[in-house]
Amino acid sequence: MRAVAANGGTGRDTGHDGVRGSLRAFVSGRRRHAPWLLASVSIVIALVLLSPLGLIVAQAAQAGWGQLWSVIDRPFVATLLWNTVRLALVVTLLAAVVGTGAAWLTERTVLFGRRVWAVLLIVPFVVPDFVLAWTWSSVFPAVHGYWGAVLVMTLHLYPLVYLPMAAAFRAADPGQEEAARGLGLSRWAAWLRISVRQARSTLLGGCLLVCLALLAYYGGFEDLRYQTFTTAIFGELQTQFAPAVASSLSLVLVALSVIVLGGEAVFRERGRLQRSGPMAQRAQTPISLGRLGVPALVAVATLVGFALGFPVAVVLYWMVAGGSSALPAAVSLGAAAGYTALYSALGALVATALALPIAMLATRHPRRWSAALERSTFIVQAIPGVVIGLALVYVASRSLGFLYQSPELLVAAYVLMFFPLGLVAVSSSVARASPRLEEIARSLGKGPWSVRVSVTLPLLAPGLLAAYCFVFLSAVTELTATLLLVPTGVQTLATQFWAYAEQGVSFGAAAPYAATMMVMSVIPVYLLGRWFDRRFLAQPGERSVLEVLT
Amino acid sequence: MRRKGPERGEPAWHALRRWAWQSVLRWLVVPTTLALVTVTLASCGGGSANTITLYNGQHPQLTDALVAAFEKQTGIRVQIRTDDGIVLADEILQEGSSSPADVYFTENSPELMMLTEHHLLAKLPASIVNQIPRRYDSPTDDWVGVALRVSALAYDPSLVPRSALPRHLLDLAQPQWKGKVAIAPTDSDFVPLVGAVIATYGKQTALQWLRGLKANAALYQDDESVVAAVNRGQVAIGIINQYYWYRLRLEVGAGAMHSKLYFFPNRDVGAIENISGAAVLSSSRRKADAERFVAFLVSAEAQRILASGDDYEYPARPGIAPNPALPPLSQVNPAMIDVVRLGNDRPAAAALQEAGLT
Repeated sequence: MRAVAANGGTGRDTGHDGVRGSLRAFVSGRRRHAPWLLASVSIVIALVLLSPLGLIVAQAAQAGWGQLWSVIDRPFVATLLWNTVRLALVVTLLAAVVGTGAAWLTERTVLFGRRVWAVLLIVPFVVPDFVLAWTWSSVFPAVHGYWGAVLVMTLHLYPLVYLPMAAAFRAADPGQEEAARGLGLSRWAAWLRISVRQARSTLLGGCLLVCLALLAYYGGFEDLRYQTFTTAIFGELQTQFAPAVASSLSLVLVALSVIVLGGEAVFRERGRLQRSGPMAQRAQTPISLGRLGVPALVAVATLVGFALGFPVAVVLYWMVAGGSSALPAAVSLGAAAGYTALYSALGALVATALALPIAMLATRHPRRWSAALERSTFIVQAIPGVVIGLALVYVASRSLGFLYQSPELLVAAYVLMFFPLGLVAVSSSVARASPRLEEIARSLGKGPWSVRVSVTLPLLAPGLLAAYCFVFLSAVTELTATLLLVPTGVQTLATQFWAYAEQGVSFGAAAPYAATMMVMSVIPVYLLGRWFDRRFLAQPGERSVLEVLT
Repeated sequence: MRRKGPERGEPAWHALRRWAWQSVLRWLVVPTTLALVTVTLASCGGGSANTITLYNGQHPQLTDALVAAFEKQTGIRVQIRTDDGIVLADEILQEGSSSPADVYFTENSPELMMLTEHHLLAKLPASIVNQIPRRYDSPTDDWVGVALRVSALAYDPSLVPRSALPRHLLDLAQPQWKGKVAIAPTDSDFVPLVGAVIATYGKQTALQWLRGLKANAALYQDDESVVAAVNRGQVAIGIINQYYWYRLRLEVGAGAMHSKLYFFPNRDVGAIENISGAAVLSSSRRKADAERFVAFLVSAEAQRILASGDDYEYPARPGIAPNPALPPLSQVNPAMIDVVRLGNDRPAAAALQEAGLT
């Protein structure tokens, strides 16, 4: 049984691993064809997810290509392109460095209070980008423009790298580093050339999420007075009476995201590394920091202070000191929180359910086409929420009148926008769930559906939960699509915050909504952290599942 | 086959962990499925006969106060959809004759003129339009003015003395103001100002002025950020609508106001009145109730709510004193640009693009 469990857990994130697939095919003597049902369901889901692209093109065609070209062909767009690209590059790089460094400190060294820091370093992800930018720029006006955006976005997005890297470091095999040191490498060189290189695909995955998310962010940049494509789309929308033209600007973002995905795929192919064989998980010996202990502690404390402590303090300050805080927020706060939770939870549920078939297909039946299918769904993440919103308004107001301004359409927008986040979590959990356990269950006389329910699903449960949390968390803070699609008469936490802080100067009235958003996000973030923690360790379910079977 | 309870030899915390996972699944999946069903059912119910839908581009605090008073007075329920006024106008354009909106309430006249051009607004009865001076109304009775704001400068007296402030809006394009002006070119209050310059001086002059501003100005995303930046001493002067300065003062307290407000004198175009107005949609199926709401907005009661709250707009109805913090309109002596000449924002938006500001 131990061997089975260990074999089931050989890989790191080998989800898209052709080697592993062909190895399995070699062992079993044939290439396994993807079941037609799974394949066709996945194709339908991918088509639905990519439908906003079609709608944007349809809108652009309707507005007239000439008008579209006149919008794209102006010097301002060159500025936007430069602004967007240089920000994406530098923030991705910084998030990678900060996230990896923080993960190393908490996982591999004797940093003072490292268990506490390990949790606190994840939590900044609950501070929405627009709240973080708003708190920084309202207290320190110097935080604006390019460097302001670099600072705020790095602080907001580094957890996307930190989370998976921390888990990867924890699970890394100490034996290899020891061997490298035995061969004469210094400790740093061994760490860089073994642990960091081994975690390369994990790091790339994190960077991909950072980069794509950055392309689509809006609210934060508005506060920071930094113009990107997304802010320009908004400017266009607010001055021009031409939503179709505004959203067709996002085609440039689509092109950028295709380039990013292509680049990531190239690096991923080159950087494939695997553990040599099944081996027992052995605890790492934490490294003593020596004289660097205090500076490292200060660095981590500063990071957490800037990304979490500061915005929380400012929000609390405005709740107490803002001149408009006396406004009756309690009733509308409760309702807004309820609707936010409801819509986000529904979006998370549907996105997770849809991610499952695609993850199964791409992981269990790795082919060029299934990998392309999986990756294509990431494109949508780079499309700003406002553009998704406009596309859905366009189609619903024309041909699906019954869906217009319905809760279902808003939930659909959340699903479209945050599907990739859910897919990441489900995919790696599918990669870890060994098909052998299912085969054993089948050989013991269970039916295919019974196996799916009683073996596969429990194996995937932590990944599904993580996907749910990821999507929920992002939907809670979604603003721009929500403004367009929310049913009339309903306010969410994000729209209320926007209405008070951005549309008026009523920081005091806005602060409780920001605070509630953060509180609501803490539980999912904690669960996410737990999941990444165990993602690389033995599956908790495996043992009990086997015992159920025998 | 035991599924529940601790396995033999299994540490207790394993059982605890499994229990935790199971209960999380139970508590997440089951309620959300139930919620999905509830939402679907609720959305099928639809609004009751006694409900109108308001597309609101005004500040939510003001609208909430007005709607609350209206609901109390009439028993008609108002569903509010709040967004940027122009974005809501976009939505109405897209929705066409099937728009769910009954009333549209926004901060500036150009978007109302735009909807008028597309024949999407219903004519208002004279009994409503006559409540408000002619110059604040649609010339074709398609909408009615509710509140007014005046375009102004916020300035930091320690950076630029009052005597050195420009007497004309167009002066801000001169090189002496380089790096000293803050503007928010995509704010829905800035576009009408550009429209006013075009209406007064023609497109060429307006373009020159905008190009000068592009060279001189620090760009912000909205008027709120402009006034905050001036108040921090980050920039010497900023073009805003007057009420943002008062709102900031309300928020941070008079003691923290390091800036002052300046109105361009002699009816200069820099001191235009921006008219916030309301209209009934021609597609509305509850026109009578919708008209009652618009009638309420221009009534003495609503106008007093507007004047007494923290909105700092001028009531459009004559005889209602504005918030005592505000200087009387007669003293401000604003420029008066005919709403028809001010038009629909399109030429202004095109000029902003041509000058490279958006």
